[in-house]
Amino acid sequence: MSPFTGTRHLVRLILRRDRVVLPIWILLLAVLPASYASAYAELYQTADERAAYLANTASNPSIVALLGPVFGDSIGALTVQRAGMLVLVAALASLLTVVRHTRTEEEAGRRELLGATVLGRYAGLTAALLVTYAANVLLGLLIAGGLVAAGLPGAGSLIFGAGLALTGVAFATVGGLAAQLTESAGGARGIGLGVLGLAFVLRLAGDAGGSGGAGGKAEWLSWVSPLGWAPRVRAFAGERWWVLLLPVLFAAVVALVAYPISVRRDLGAGVLPPRLGPATAGPRLAGPFGLAWRLHRGQLLGWTLGFGLLGLVLGGAADAAADAVQGNQQVADILARLGGTATLAEAYLGSSLSLTALAAAGYGIQAALRARAEETAGRAEPLLATAVSRSRWLAAHLLFALLGPVVVLAVAGLATGLSYGLSVGDVGGELLRLLGVGLAQVPAVWVLAGLAALLVGWLPRFSSAAWAVLAGCLLLGQIGAVLKLSQWALDVSPFTHTPQVLGDNWTVTPLVALTVITAALLALALRTFQTRDIPTQ
Amino acid sequence: METPIEVSGLVKTFGRTRALDGLDLTVRAGEVHGFLGPNGAGKSTAIRALLGLLRTDAGDVRLLGGDPWRDAVALHRRLAYVPGDVTLWPNLSGGEVIDLLGRMRGGLDPARRAELLDSFELDPRKKGRAYSKGNRQKVGLVAALASDVELLILDEPTSGLDPLMEEVFQHWVRRARADGRTVLLSSHILAEVEALCDRVTIIRNGRDVETGTLSELRHLRRTSIEAEVTGSVDGLGQLGGVHDLRVDGQRVRFDVEDAALDAALRRLTEIGVRSLTSQPPTLEELFLRHYQAEQVRS
Repeated sequence: MSPFTGTRHLVRLILRRDRVVLPIWILLLAVLPASYASAYAELYQTADERAAYLANTASNPSIVALLGPVFGDSIGALTVQRAGMLVLVAALASLLTVVRHTRTEEEAGRRELLGATVLGRYAGLTAALLVTYAANVLLGLLIAGGLVAAGLPGAGSLIFGAGLALTGVAFATVGGLAAQLTESAGGARGIGLGVLGLAFVLRLAGDAGGSGGAGGKAEWLSWVSPLGWAPRVRAFAGERWWVLLLPVLFAAVVALVAYPISVRRDLGAGVLPPRLGPATAGPRLAGPFGLAWRLHRGQLLGWTLGFGLLGLVLGGAADAAADAVQGNQQVADILARLGGTATLAEAYLGSSLSLTALAAAGYGIQAALRARAEETAGRAEPLLATAVSRSRWLAAHLLFALLGPVVVLAVAGLATGLSYGLSVGDVGGELLRLLGVGLAQVPAVWVLAGLAALLVGWLPRFSSAAWAVLAGCLLLGQIGAVLKLSQWALDVSPFTHTPQVLGDNWTVTPLVALTVITAALLALALRTFQTRDIPTQ
Repeated sequence: METPIEVSGLVKTFGRTRALDGLDLTVRAGEVHGFLGPNGAGKSTAIRALLGLLRTDAGDVRLLGGDPWRDAVALHRRLAYVPGDVTLWPNLSGGEVIDLLGRMRGGLDPARRAELLDSFELDPRKKGRAYSKGNRQKVGLVAALASDVELLILDEPTSGLDPLMEEVFQHWVRRARADGRTVLLSSHILAEVEALCDRVTIIRNGRDVETGTLSELRHLRRTSIEAEVTGSVDGLGQLGGVHDLRVDGQRVRFDVEDAALDAALRRLTEIGVRSLTSQPPTLEELFLRHYQAEQVRS
């Protein structure tokens, strides 16, 4: 039996299990670059406008640090920079996909089931890698095709797609290695994300010193980072095809490390020893709230850090963004319509923070649905068979669904205020003002968290419908105004009612109304949860 | 002293399925009560209804003198429950889960906790994700057995335990009974029920089909006789109450109803006996008889 026997079957199994998720992330990432290209083509029609944009915005050190270098003022070059984050997203998706089909399967014991059938030793890892590699190749081709269709040159389109796809391949392989190291999928994801984070920080540090396409003193850091290679193929600006070899070599080396480990270790075991925990519980782990803290704290920390970073970047870029669109009436119109306030920077900050509100709602929904996840995993039943009432158990999870978003939005507001304040020279004032903007988003976020809670209590089988509601709000908020939908339709989304507190004329009434709605949703959630079967299958 | 568990005419439906169809179950104070049935018979559903986790459609459920749906919190303080498939939080250690569950029930005995960990050979420092199935069950069992409660509700608690640990488990259940606690032990492991239980209820298709002490259940059942005889076995088959007679030279095997046992033995001694073994019906046979009857019917 060859060590690869059975790979084909596993590939088919993975494709079948991922038949929804895989197409979604491929398509989502595939359409964005072309849409950036057409947006740039429309916004900056003359060479002068593009040159001004390049000089004022695209070359701004904080933009370069965040998105990567920009090589020239062609539509293609600008698009490539704008799509810089997508490289990171493709790498992330690839990494998670491989871990999910290797270590997660092993941890759940499903690999054992398959391992007992005719399956080569390399089959599991190979199948996961093959599927993810293929997904990246397809993604790269779709991106290239989309850019060509948007009117960009073929060579640049192809090399950009290839650079992104091969970065995905590189990090898929990193995921394959991480999955060999730890016993838990969570640990493997942690290692993979650590490598990805390190690569991002290296690229950020390497690019930070430079402006535009000219590297800074520490540009070698970007050459060390696997995330630094995709921008350095110089798509649409004198393509350097040899750079594509770097991610291929990197992936090959990582695979050469991963494969021998995958054979030498036992099924279910990792290379790194599992960490032991305490033999007795600390005094705080004594009830549903202590437990909820243990279950939610990691996520709360992660979201808080993420929102803090995001806030710093948003605040730092606000002035540059305002400068960039200073002369452009069309952009000013759009932003004014979205923000409806006095200065452009404020409009930019307001609309950016309202976008983070959607992300915070995602966190709130996730935290509320954790209660349902606990139930379906069979971990609610033993607790509810102790002297803990159903409402206290549910309330412990909902506490994080409500207070978690408050914390992360406050941090986002403060971080935005800090970096914006630094750039305009008024830290104290901006800190408070933007904290206010962050907190003003909370009631709308609560409505969605409350809705998720109600679904958990009342229609547990359909609790993931909360995500669909969030997606609906996202669509209404993003394209509703552009499509000139009626106000009635826009009003369906709670986010429509969040006032622009950086402007002058706003009232607290909508915030109170949203909070009252949330309270009603929560009361209903607790009430319906009292009277249903546990577990509800 | 009140009767810890009294269920009568309990009905629970899930959509069109009738998971419980008029179940009666009485568990007396201080006894270990076996709750026996094949997979899907409704054991876990009955237990969840007892715990007030499921809303019942008809019938009466009394738990420790209260209504488990209405008085859940107060009643749960007095009992401990181990599900058939203990799932743990991946990032909590076994010791943390034991303490958490114990505290949520209102405290556990630290000395007994240590003794239990020792006899079940469980390392409490491992994280939930690192435990095998058997060790996860041990975490649930230690948490329940270390709690100071009147009633233990154990739903197939030993699935995944090896025979050595099965012995340990039986020791602790006997100790719980000696301490005056009541145990409801759902199981499909007959040896375990035979070894531990004072009384047994057999459930099939959501309904109790048999209940009583083991000897009561064996009553009116057949005893298996195997004998080596010296003479001819003529006439044995004509006796009333003798079934499944098999003759192989000088060896005879047959099952006999308790009422006919005396006559059958007399006949055997008339023929002349060289050796004789008699076996009471095992629970297994009782169980299979019910189970096969059901299959024949369907």
